[in-house]
Amino acid sequence: MESSEVNMSRDSSELDESARGSSSPDLALERVLSLLKSHRDRSSVSLVCKDWYNAERWSRTHVFIGNCYSVSPEIVARRFPKIRSVTLKGKPRFSDFNLVPQNWGADIHPWLVVFAAKYPFLEELRLKRMTISDESLEFLAVSFPNFKALSLLSCDGFSTDGLAIIATHCKNLTELDIQENGIDDKGGSWLSCFPESFTSLEALNFANLTSDINFDALERLVGRCKSMRVLKVNRSISLEQLQRLLVNALQLAELGTGSFSQELTFRQYEELESTLSSSKNIHTLSGLWEAKGLHLPALYPVCTHLTFLSLSYAPLQSGELAKLLAHCPQLRRLWVLDTVEDEGLEAVGSSCPLLEELRVFPADPFDEDIIHGVTEAGFVAVSYGCPRLHYVLYFCRQMTNAAVATIVQNCPDFTHFRLCIMDPGQPDYLTNEPMDEAFGAVVKTCTKLQRLSVSGLLTDLTFEYIGRYAKNLETLSVAFAGSSDWGMQCVLTGCPKLRKLEIRDCPFGNAALLSGLDKYESMRSLWMSACHVTMDGCRQLAREMPRLNVEVMKEDGSDDSEADKVYVYRSIAGPRRDAPPFVLTL
Amino acid sequence: MEGGLVLLGGGGGGGGSGSGGGSSGVSTNESAVSKVEVVSEASSYPAESELELGLGLSLGGSGGATGKTKVGTSSWGECGRILTAKDFPSVVSHRANNGGPSVSVSGTKRAAESVSHEGGSPTGVSSQVVGWPPIRAYRMNSLVNQAKAPRAEDDGIGEKDKAKDSFKKKPYNGNKINSAVNEKGHLGFVKVNMDGIPIGRKVDLNAHSCYESLAQALEDMFLRSAPTINSIGAEKEQVTKPSKLLDGSSEFVLTYEDKEGDWMLVGDVPWRMFLSSVRRLRIMRTSEANGLAPRFHDRNERQRSKPI
Repeated sequence: MESSEVNMSRDSSELDESARGSSSPDLALERVLSLLKSHRDRSSVSLVCKDWYNAERWSRTHVFIGNCYSVSPEIVARRFPKIRSVTLKGKPRFSDFNLVPQNWGADIHPWLVVFAAKYPFLEELRLKRMTISDESLEFLAVSFPNFKALSLLSCDGFSTDGLAIIATHCKNLTELDIQENGIDDKGGSWLSCFPESFTSLEALNFANLTSDINFDALERLVGRCKSMRVLKVNRSISLEQLQRLLVNALQLAELGTGSFSQELTFRQYEELESTLSSSKNIHTLSGLWEAKGLHLPALYPVCTHLTFLSLSYAPLQSGELAKLLAHCPQLRRLWVLDTVEDEGLEAVGSSCPLLEELRVFPADPFDEDIIHGVTEAGFVAVSYGCPRLHYVLYFCRQMTNAAVATIVQNCPDFTHFRLCIMDPGQPDYLTNEPMDEAFGAVVKTCTKLQRLSVSGLLTDLTFEYIGRYAKNLETLSVAFAGSSDWGMQCVLTGCPKLRKLEIRDCPFGNAALLSGLDKYESMRSLWMSACHVTMDGCRQLAREMPRLNVEVMKEDGSDDSEADKVYVYRSIAGPRRDAPPFVLTL
Repeated sequence: MEGGLVLLGGGGGGGGSGSGGGSSGVSTNESAVSKVEVVSEASSYPAESELELGLGLSLGGSGGATGKTKVGTSSWGECGRILTAKDFPSVVSHRANNGGPSVSVSGTKRAAESVSHEGGSPTGVSSQVVGWPPIRAYRMNSLVNQAKAPRAEDDGIGEKDKAKDSFKKKPYNGNKINSAVNEKGHLGFVKVNMDGIPIGRKVDLNAHSCYESLAQALEDMFLRSAPTINSIGAEKEQVTKPSKLLDGSSEFVLTYEDKEGDWMLVGDVPWRMFLSSVRRLRIMRTSEANGLAPRFHDRNERQRSKPI
């Protein structure tokens, strides 16, 4: 769930520390405001009056920055003197899919330098799509003696050497969460760098690293960190090793297993089963690489209190999933591979009435011969059985308008509807019509919709619907869709709460781009790639909206006039000073 | 204008045009070249029926506006095919036909190594577009690394479980795993794909006792404009009227892949021998089936050229 942007556009002259004052009402107000955690509330508070603005800034300990280029570290540090926890997001989301070249930016280092000076007591750093080098990790490790929590998601630029430095130097570390990064995995020795005296770790996630680690070191680490509640190991950890870890960590709340396919002796299996039965606190389970039906029953005791099960790396079949889910009545969130097929999803519908979130990933996205995977039938089956469903990410190869209409009728509370029909521009496979009515049904019925990803063959009508009905929509992702500028215009003029719009391979041009002039400053960002926008259009946008950064990346061999990739975002920090040569700021 | 492979149909019908094979929306020079190659290769085999092959202009569908269409539409129907491209338009041509984004070309431009492929299903587009489907690179790599043992070549015993664990990224031999014979040694369902249709079907070979019945079932299955899962039940009817698929009068021909991975024309061997060796079926455009009996290796070559 995204927090709102910090409203940073106040005059920076107000941010002088000496203006704080020390009268009691301010301190009392600060004390009260310090209880406020929600960023939206804090933003609202800061706008009431100058006193409240100041009280808010002095009482805030966590800052969330959704676009690292929208503000500079100096501005942040000036406004908020007492930050202990920072969340930063960098690159545009489409960089996850290789649409942003290497060395684009979003380097954390300039931030760390400022933080080291202004926030020496910084405790937490959570980064998403940022670049962080081993040198930066070292700088982090030595600059912040109180540092506690590091979370890196979809970042790049570092290696396991950097992790070793963190492990060595951060004596108060409670959380090390390394997820899905472009990390240079040089080996597992980093884990052995935690000193024997180190006992504070509460959350350790190295599930996405590939190298073997020293199991003895891990076993000792887990054994002495009595407060550990999150442990997600990587594939190198076998079932037998898992059991040995668990037996000393029965307090765990979140478990990510390693490989789940070892040949076990009967005795080993029994031990595992027994240990898992004793792990009464586990509510989140993941990992399960290569899980085989054979060993899954060992998980049944854990399943009874599971609320989040991630099988997104476990290619189960429908029968295996059905048997497992029969033991998971409390499940709220489920991630699976499409190997479970529609039958598996029927089991979801019948076994998990409390389900709120479902993600179905494709096991083999590029196999053309595939007739496996899930279809509209599976999604419909889930919708009948899980009326509380509000978050879905669904990759499939066929869909119909009628099915989607049924789905949202059964589940009108969708907040996040991300449907990916994997063939670009594919129509309703039964009627051969565009999928306009499907998404029309979604936006008409799901009034709480915040995030929407569309796919399939779509005309401008889809976007008319979105503009007209999606009044709470904040994030929209569009690919291979639309017929003309009109489509994008409908969205830009229609969706009052739109914050992020990302578009690729659509026939939207300058007229569409420029129709959003009034909108972009209230949005976090706009991405358009492989559309019909030209350099002139971008220049015009930049001219008319000086507080927006309009950045263009051109591709080799494209026409001079084409603006291949356009990234537009509001910023009070002005144009980037660290832009690489291929990023043109207009 | 693209040069496209033209099939002038058995019996001389269909003076039409329309490109055959590779129905990718990307009109690249490479595709034209590869089409020519297919033609020349095919012509070195004796024609099986009165097929004439030649190069002709491809008639796009209604997508004149975007100018990037390839698959012919209405002319196909005149030739007595099982199914016209219009009934099951290929994904990509349909996108263009409906005035969809022509900028899809630029989306595919970046996949420099992508070559539009022949004969395969149009779902190939998704493998040629950068960053699509939108799955994080990390997750893709993880799935590839879980790839298991390759095709079960020797055992006709069905390895259905193993098949589904196999996460090969674009194996050039295609997905060979599902054998017709399941664990108990009984024949079961085999996959059937038809050129031009992204979604394949399954047919229960147990339900048939002869080629005619099987072919008729397949015609019914793929002839319906709104296929449903329930139509599989229709196979139980043992209708024996002659099938266009088997007598060469159709634009399509029924082929099968045998245990050795070779593609053969259905109908050449006794039924029982067929049952014991069939792995999967493909309803192939007759243009590509030339020279099929006894061996057909073009498909493998084309599969190899696909990008990973």
